[in-house]
Amino acid sequence: MTMLAVGRPTQPEIEAGAAPDVEGHGLVQDELLIFELGGWAKTGVDLPEPERDASDLAGLTREAPIGLPGLSEPETLRHYVRLSQKNHAIDLAMYPLGSCTMKHNPRLNEKMARLPGFADLHPLQPVSTVQGALALMDELAHWLKTLSGMPAVALSPKAGAHGELCGLLTIRAALEARGDARRTVLVPVSAHGTNPATAAIAGYQVVEIAQTDDGRVDIADLAAKLGPGVAAVMVTNPNTCGLFEREVLEISRLTHAAGAFFYCDGANFNAIVGRVRPGDLGVDAMHINLHKTFSTPHGGGGPGAGPVVLSAALAPFAPAPWVVSDGAGFHLVERNEGEAAAAFGRMCAFHGQMGMYVRALTYMMSHGSDGLRQVAEDAVLNANYVKARLSGELTPAFPDGPCMHEALFDDAWLEGTGVTTLDVAKALIDEGFHPMTMYFPLVVHGAMLIEPTETEPKREIDRFCDAVLRLAAAAKAGDVARFKGAPYKAPLRRLDETAAARKPRLRWTPG
Amino acid sequence: MRYLPLTPEDRAEMLTIIGAPSIDALFADVPPEAHLGGPVDLPPHQGELEVERALGRLAARNRPAGAGPFFCGAGAYRHHVPASVDHIIQRSEFLTSYTPYQPEIAQGTLQALFEFQTQVAALTGLPVANASLYDGSTACAEAVMMAARVTKRSKAVLSGGLHPHYAEAAWTLAHTAGVATQRLPAAIDAEAAVLDAIDADTACVVVQTPNVFGTVTDVSLIAEAAHAAGALVVVVTTEAVSYGLLKSPGEMGADIAVAEGQSIGNPLTFGGPYVGLFACREALTRQMPGRLCGETVDAEGKRGFVLTLSTREQHIRREKATSNICTNSGLCALAFTVHMTLLGEAGLTQLAKLSHARARLLREALAAVPGAEVLTSRFFNEFAVRLPKPAATVVNALAADGIIAGVPVSRLDPAAGMDDLLIVCATETTSHADIAEFAEALTEELAQ
Repeated sequence: MTMLAVGRPTQPEIEAGAAPDVEGHGLVQDELLIFELGGWAKTGVDLPEPERDASDLAGLTREAPIGLPGLSEPETLRHYVRLSQKNHAIDLAMYPLGSCTMKHNPRLNEKMARLPGFADLHPLQPVSTVQGALALMDELAHWLKTLSGMPAVALSPKAGAHGELCGLLTIRAALEARGDARRTVLVPVSAHGTNPATAAIAGYQVVEIAQTDDGRVDIADLAAKLGPGVAAVMVTNPNTCGLFEREVLEISRLTHAAGAFFYCDGANFNAIVGRVRPGDLGVDAMHINLHKTFSTPHGGGGPGAGPVVLSAALAPFAPAPWVVSDGAGFHLVERNEGEAAAAFGRMCAFHGQMGMYVRALTYMMSHGSDGLRQVAEDAVLNANYVKARLSGELTPAFPDGPCMHEALFDDAWLEGTGVTTLDVAKALIDEGFHPMTMYFPLVVHGAMLIEPTETEPKREIDRFCDAVLRLAAAAKAGDVARFKGAPYKAPLRRLDETAAARKPRLRWTPG
Repeated sequence: MRYLPLTPEDRAEMLTIIGAPSIDALFADVPPEAHLGGPVDLPPHQGELEVERALGRLAARNRPAGAGPFFCGAGAYRHHVPASVDHIIQRSEFLTSYTPYQPEIAQGTLQALFEFQTQVAALTGLPVANASLYDGSTACAEAVMMAARVTKRSKAVLSGGLHPHYAEAAWTLAHTAGVATQRLPAAIDAEAAVLDAIDADTACVVVQTPNVFGTVTDVSLIAEAAHAAGALVVVVTTEAVSYGLLKSPGEMGADIAVAEGQSIGNPLTFGGPYVGLFACREALTRQMPGRLCGETVDAEGKRGFVLTLSTREQHIRREKATSNICTNSGLCALAFTVHMTLLGEAGLTQLAKLSHARARLLREALAAVPGAEVLTSRFFNEFAVRLPKPAATVVNALAADGIIAGVPVSRLDPAAGMDDLLIVCATETTSHADIAEFAEALTEELAQ
C-alpha cells in the first residue's frame, strides 16, 4: 500500500513567505571529514586471515600506528555521496569553462573502459596476450593521424602539459640530431601558462610574441623575433581568445624559413576537428587533449591524456613506446634501440593512459567522420550564438568577425558598477551555472571566456544567456549586494583563499 | 547523432540570430586552402550497439589477468577493488566535474582531495602531500627536479633497484634541465650503493623499497649518510599496499616520498591512468610540484577547502613555475581515497599481511621447483627468481598454457644482463590453486 492510496496527499498549509530559521540543510548535508567520523578501528572490507606471518621482515615492519580511519560500506557510500552533492557537474547544468571543453561524457565510454579485456590487463603481460589492446592503440593512432593530417603520433603523454613537454623534447632531439642546438621558444602573450612553463622545463628561454588588436599573433613581431636561435614557435590555434589564427600559414612559413619547428597547442582542437587538419597548416607537432576534444571525463581534475601528433621530420625522435604490426600481429617498441634509436626518452612508465584510449576511441567511432565534423560545427555555432545573444549587454573582447568554439568578453561593460568579473562569476553560481573561465587569457582585462561546447542544447544555452543578461541588468541597476555577497545558494559562501595560502593547512590533524 | 542536441531548426534559428548566412561563414578565418571539402577518410557514425560490439571484439582478443593464474607486478599490481569504489567514482558529480577552480561548488572534490592528502601523508610518514601527480614514475621524475631546486645541486643518484621505467622517465625530464642522473647497475639488494656515488654536486639519492626486484630495505642509515653529505633522500614505492606493513619513508628519514598509488582503488588498465603519490617534509612545501588543497573558511566562518599555494604553479608563474603540471589524477585519487576509507588501518594492514603471506606461499612453491632459485631474501609481495633459461622464453611458454608467470627482467631492462631473472608477484587475488598450478607448470617447463 502506498501513501497515496491512504488518500492523504499533502498540500501547502501556510502562505508561502520568508522561511523561518531552520536548523537543517535539506538534501545537501554538512559532512565531516572521514577522520572525524570515529572509525579508527572499523573496516569496510572482509579479508581472510593471512596464512603466514611477517616474521621474515623483522625490523622492517611498522611499529607505530599509521593513523588511518576506516568506515563500513554504508558509511563510506553515504559520506562520498553526500560530498558529491556539493559539486557542480556537466550532468547537472551547463559548465561553460572556456578553454576547458566541458562536453558531455558518454557513458558507453565508461562501460567499454571497464571491460575486463581492457581494465584487467597488466602492462607487462606477454604481448601475445594483449593483441586486442595493441590493436586498439593502433586504431586510435590511425584516427588521430587521419584527423590531424599528420603521419605519426606519440600516445604516452598523460595530460596536455605532458604532451607539450613531449612535443618540445621531440623538437629538441631533432635539432640536436642535426647539430643545431637552439635556445629559444617563442610563445604568444595570450598563451596558457603551461606553454611557457613547459618551454622552460624543456630547457628553453621563453620570448613572448605580441598580439595584434584583433587578438591574433603579431606577424611582424614574430618575424622580428625569429632567427637562428629559435627552436620552436608555440601557438594555440584556435587561440585562447577563441579566434582562428588567420595568418597561420604565414606563421608556419616564417617559422620554417627560420629553421624552427611549429608547435601547435591543440587544446582547442574541438573547434576544428573534422573540418581542418593541423597538418595542412604546416604544424610539426600538436598535443591533443583526449579529455577535451574526445570526451574522456575530467574527473574533478584528471586523469587526462595528451597524445602528440608529429610531422615526418619529427617522427623518428618520438618517445617509446609505440605499436607496430607485421604479419604475425602487433608488437610494442618499448626501448630506445633499433628502430627507436633516435627516440628522445620515455615520458612515463608503461604505455600511457590506456583507459583514456578506450574511451576516446569509443567516442570517435560513435561520432564517425561525419559526426566529428558536426561536433566542430555545433561547437562553433553555439559559441557564436552566445556571443550574439550577450553582445548587446556585455562587451565582446573582439567584436568583429566570428569566434570559434568560445566567446570572449572583457569587463568594460562593468565599468562604474562596482561589480567585478569575479563577482559575476560567483553570482552565476546562484543562477545554477558553473561560471565561465575568468581572468584568462591575461591579455584581456577582466576576461570572461565562455565555451558552451556542442553538447549543450539550445534551450540550456538560452537559459544560461538569460541568467547572464539578468545579472548584467542587475549590475547596471546598482544591485551590488547581489554580487558582492555571492554565492548565496551554494553549499558554502565565498571562501577565503588568501587565508588558506597565508597559513596553509594541507592535512587534517587531531584537535 | 545521439550526443548532439541541436536540431536543424535550432541551427537555422541560431544562424539567423547570429546574422551569419551559413555555418561555413563562421569558419571564414580559416584559410580557404585549409578547408576540408567533406568528411575525412574514416568510417561514419555508428550506433551504441555497433560500437559496443566492435570494442567488445577488441577486448576479447586480450587475456584478462583474472582469467587464470597471474603473477605480474613490477610497478602495477592486481588487487581487488570493492564495487562501491567504482560506483562512487562514476557519480556524475565526481566524474563530470572539472578542476575545482570555483570552490563554492566543488567542495565534494576538494574535501575528498583533503582527505586524500591526509591519507597519503599518514601512509608515507611525512607531513605534507599534494593532490596527486600523473603516476609514480612522473612523481619520481618531479622529485628529482625538486631536489635539484632545493639543494641547487645538479646530480641525482638512482639506485640499481629503481624501476627501469622510473629511471628512464627521471633521466628524460632531468637531463633537459641540466640535471644529471647517475643510474647505478641493476642490483637485487644494493640500495645502499647510492652512498658511494654521492659527491658535492649530488642533489638527491633515489632509492626504492620494496625495489623492482622486491627487496625491502630499511633506508634509515642511507638517509643519515646522505643527509650528512647534504643530499636529499627520495624514497620510491611502486606497491602502495606495502605501506600497510612496512616502515614508512618518513619514519626512515626520507625528505620526499613518491609512490604509485594504483594498487589502492585502481584497476590495472594496461598501465594507466594511475595516480602518483607525492609527499615531503614541511620545509619543502613551497617547492612542491602539483596541486595542493588547503583548509580555510567561507564568508560565514564555515570550514571549507580550496586549491592553494598556486603561486608555485604555471598559471600564475608561467616560465618560473615549479613544474608545468596543470592537472592531477583526480578521479584515480578519489578511487584511492574511497578504497582507503573502506580499508581503514585495520583493513590495509590485513591486506598487506595477506599479500605478503601469499607471496611467502609462492616463494615456498617456487623454491621447490628444480632449477629455479629465489634470489630476493627480504620481500613484501614480489621477488626475483633465477631460471635455467631465459625468463622471457619461460613466460611465453607458460602463457600458451594460460599462466601469466610474471615479468622477465629483460622486458624492463635488456641491458642489465639479467635475462634469466623473472619477477613474480602475489597479492590477495592469488589463490592457493593458482600457486600450485604455476609451480607445476614451471617444473614441467624447466624439465624440458
